[in-house]
Amino acid sequence: MIYFWAAIIFWILAWIVNVWISRQKENRFFNIAPPVLFGMSILFIWESCVVTFNVSPVILPPPSAIYMKFMSSIPILWEDFVQTAIKGALSGYIIGCVAAFIVSLIADRFNFLERGLLPIGNFLAAMPIIGIAPILVMWYGYGWQSKAAVVAVMVFFPILVNTVQGLKMSDKIHRDLMQTYNASYFQTMIKLRLSTAMPFIFNGLKICTTLALIGAIVAEFFGSPIRGMGFRISTEAPRFALDMVWAEITVAAMAGSLFYGGVVLLEKWTTFWHPSQRGKI
Amino acid sequence: MISRRSIWSEGKLIPVLSIIGFIVIIWYGFSIVLNAPWEYDKAKRSSITLSNVELISNTWSQKRPKLPAPHQITNEIWDTTVNKKVTSKRSLVYHGLITFYETIYGFIFGTCLGILLAIGIVYNRATAMSVMPWIITSQTIPILAIAPMIVVALGSAGFNGLMPIAIISMYLSFFPVVVGMVKGLKSPDQLEIDQMKTWSASKFQVLHKLRAPRSMPFFFTSLKLGMAASLVGAIVGELPSGGGGGLGFRMLSGSTFGNTLHIWSGLISAAVLAGTLIAIIGGIQKVVLKRMSLEM
Repeated sequence: MIYFWAAIIFWILAWIVNVWISRQKENRFFNIAPPVLFGMSILFIWESCVVTFNVSPVILPPPSAIYMKFMSSIPILWEDFVQTAIKGALSGYIIGCVAAFIVSLIADRFNFLERGLLPIGNFLAAMPIIGIAPILVMWYGYGWQSKAAVVAVMVFFPILVNTVQGLKMSDKIHRDLMQTYNASYFQTMIKLRLSTAMPFIFNGLKICTTLALIGAIVAEFFGSPIRGMGFRISTEAPRFALDMVWAEITVAAMAGSLFYGGVVLLEKWTTFWHPSQRGKI
Repeated sequence: MISRRSIWSEGKLIPVLSIIGFIVIIWYGFSIVLNAPWEYDKAKRSSITLSNVELISNTWSQKRPKLPAPHQITNEIWDTTVNKKVTSKRSLVYHGLITFYETIYGFIFGTCLGILLAIGIVYNRATAMSVMPWIITSQTIPILAIAPMIVVALGSAGFNGLMPIAIISMYLSFFPVVVGMVKGLKSPDQLEIDQMKTWSASKFQVLHKLRAPRSMPFFFTSLKLGMAASLVGAIVGELPSGGGGGLGFRMLSGSTFGNTLHIWSGLISAAVLAGTLIAIIGGIQKVVLKRMSLEM
C-alpha cells in the first residue's frame, strides 16, 4: 500500500510543479519538464498499482519487468527490428512514397487525370487499406517483400493526395513571373512549385511514418518467417508472455518516434524558410 | 445547358468514372495473368489443350482464384448478403453488423474522450504542456499492431465481446478529435473573447456560447477522420478474437483457408461501410452548418 500512496503523492507533487512551470515564462527546460514529469508519474502509478493490487503479469506486467525483459533480449529485439522496421516498413515506405510522388506529378500535368484521381485517392485514403494485407501476403509470400508491398500501398494515397494539393499551392502571380522569366516546365516545377509544395508533402510523409510501421507489423500477423515484431507479438501473446510483448511495443514506440523525428528533422532542414518552421531550432 | 466541352473540362464525374473503368479493365487483365498458371497446370494434368477463350473464361470463374475477377466479387457479395439469413454466420450482413457496433462504440467513446481532453487542454495550460506531447507520441506507437494483444489481455481479464475491440477503436479515434477540437476551440480570436469578458461571461458561458459553436467545422472534419480510424481499429482488433465474427475475422478466416473471395468481399464491404458512415457524418455536417449559417 505504501508504494501506492507514494506514487499518488509523487503524481500530485509532479502536477503542482507542472502548474507552477506553466505559469513561468517559456524556456527550453520548462518546455521539456512537464511531459517528462507526467510520463514519470504514469510509470510510477502503473508500477505501484501492479504491485499493490497484485495484478497478474498475464494482464499487465509492471514497467520494471518490461525493462528487465527488454535488456535481457536485445539481440532478439534487434533482429525483429531489422526484419520489420528496416526491411519491411522502410523499404515499403520509400517505394510507396516515390511511386505516389511520380503519379502525383503525372496527375498534376494532366488535369483530367487529376480530377479523376483526387476523389478516388481521398476515398481510398479513408478506407481500411490494411485489409489488403492478407491478399498481398498470399501473393508475395511470407518474406519481408509482402510487408513492403502492404506498406507501399498504405502510404501511397495519403502522399498522393497531399502532394497534388501541395502542387496547387503556388500563387498564380508567381507562376506568371516564372513565365516572364521564360522558365521551362521543369524549371518552374523545381524552383517554384515543388518548393511551395514541400510543407504539404512533408505533412503526408509524417502521417505515413506511423502507417508504415503499422502496416508492416499487422501484415506479419498473416504469416511471416520466424522473426519480426508482428510475428513475436502474435506468438508471445497467446502464451501470455506479456513482458516480451510489451518489450516489442517499446521497440515499436521507439522506432515510430525515431522515424517520425527523422522526417521532422528532414523537414526542418529542407523547408527552413516556411513560416511554420521559422524561429524554431 | 451544359455543353459537351464543359463536361470534359470541368466536373469530376466523367474523369472518376473513366478511371474506375480503366481500373476494372486492368483488373480483369491481371486476373487472367495471375490465375492462368493454375489453369495450365490443371489442363496439363488432365491432358487437354485449352483454347484462349476457354482459358479466359476459366480464369474468371475459379473457385479459389489468386485474384478474383470483379464480377465474382459482386456475385459473392450479393450471394452472402441477399441469399443468406442475416443471423447466419455465413452472411456478410451478420459480420458487417458486428464490425459496425464495435466501430460505433469506439467512435462514441473516442469522441467523448477527445472532446474532454481538448477542453482540458484549452482551459488548463499545465494540462496542455504535460499531456499534449504524450498525445502526439501515443500516435507514433503503432497501437494497431498491438491491438490483438490488448484483446487477448482484456479477454483474460474478463472483458469479452465488443468491449476490447471498441477500446482499440477508441484509442485510434480520439486523436483526430483532440487535435481538431483544440484547433477549433482556440479559433475565436482574442477580440471575441474580450467581448465575452466585457459581458462578464463565465468560463462555461464562453465555452458554450462562443468556443463550442465556433469549433463546429473542425469538429465534423475530425469526426470523419475519427470514424475512418475507428473502423480500421475494429477490423484489426477482430483478427485475434477467434470465433467472434466481424469483417476482420472473415478476412482472416478467408486468408487461413485460402478463400480469396471471402477476403475480397470482406474488404469491399469494409470500404462500403466506411464510405457510408463518413457520408452520414458529411450529411449531418451539411445540415448543422447550414442551420448555423457556417457553411464551408
